[in-house]
Amino acid sequence: MASGRRPEHMAPPEMFYNQEEAKKYSQNSRMMEIQSQMSERAVELLNLPEGQPCFLLDVGCGSGLSGDFLSEEGHVWVGVDISTAMLDVALDREVEGDLVLGDMGQGMPFKAGTFDGCISISALQWLCNADKKSHSPPRRLHVFFSSLYSSLSRGGRAVFQLYPENSEQLELITSQAMRAGFSGGMVVDYPNSSKAKKFFLCLFAGASGVLPKGLGGEASDRNVPDQVQFSGQRTRFKNLKGRSLKKGKDWILDKKERRRRQGREVRADTKYTARQRRPRF
Amino acid sequence: MKLLTHNMLTSHVKGVTKGYPLLIKATEVKVNEVEFNSQFVSRMIPKLEWSALVQAAEGLGHLEDLPAELVADYENNEEFLKKVHKVLLEVEVVEGSLQCPESGREFPISRGVPNMLLNEDEV
Repeated sequence: MASGRRPEHMAPPEMFYNQEEAKKYSQNSRMMEIQSQMSERAVELLNLPEGQPCFLLDVGCGSGLSGDFLSEEGHVWVGVDISTAMLDVALDREVEGDLVLGDMGQGMPFKAGTFDGCISISALQWLCNADKKSHSPPRRLHVFFSSLYSSLSRGGRAVFQLYPENSEQLELITSQAMRAGFSGGMVVDYPNSSKAKKFFLCLFAGASGVLPKGLGGEASDRNVPDQVQFSGQRTRFKNLKGRSLKKGKDWILDKKERRRRQGREVRADTKYTARQRRPRF
Repeated sequence: MKLLTHNMLTSHVKGVTKGYPLLIKATEVKVNEVEFNSQFVSRMIPKLEWSALVQAAEGLGHLEDLPAELVADYENNEEFLKKVHKVLLEVEVVEGSLQCPESGREFPISRGVPNMLLNEDEV
């Protein structure tokens, strides 16, 4: 995802992830860092039992960066990917998991009740594209989700990090997942930031669970989400056009709050925040 | 491909109802040492199709004296778990193919990666 355009509009995944693109995933440190951060968060959302080695599925494993994180945690995993170039990189990196060349839209070729959980980083949006005449995205999504549902053990979770193109696409994905029998929904991290914003689709097979909360969102701070909260924020009427006066205490606090919502590192508010220094300082 | 993965893989060709177990035709097999974790192995045993595992291991010549029937009380039998660990996680098929028992469709394995891609008319 180094370029601005959406990669799934350029070529089918087995073409797009050619040797050149695959090389980036073993050499570009920024890309590797983002991938491992997302896998870390995805594993956190999986909520696996502590201290128990699990058998996991990584859909769209690519060069196995997400799998490395799973191995570190002591889990055993199987990776499925459609790009041979990416799998070659994974083989060269000597990843610990087993690799399978497969197309997620053709279904997961595994026995029922095999896996304790499933993660997938930036792969699901590829299913929403029809790359061949015979492809129908809703059908492929349905085949994928229903085969995944059966290959997960009861109470297993699946976490997908994805880059949805628009709300219709998101709705198509979630409705197909629900049709296959999953429960769950979307978790959005840092919803107020355009860069740090991340979508995770958390699905539960069999048993329904409590959807985890996204990071850095306002909703996570409130206790009752479906009620209007008393805020006591009358201050905005005092100021010009709803914005605080520049350089004032309110303005600084507002700005810090805004940056916090974007998921950036911000110092905590203390009694010294926005205080003026003494003149002889 | 480890035998653990083989034990979980099924054929998903159109029209095939069971497609299990896949028949291994190996031309190259290697044994890779993997750290032993008794907890993981004893957790995986109930999920395994034992007869398919014994059959696959025998076919590759790495049976390691596994019994044809699963022994009782395997959780505390460390020696047995070590044998299962070796067959499940250390024996790997590098080159060869997998054959669907129903349709006869072959899935080639190269560099240890089985190719489970289907043609358009098989979906």
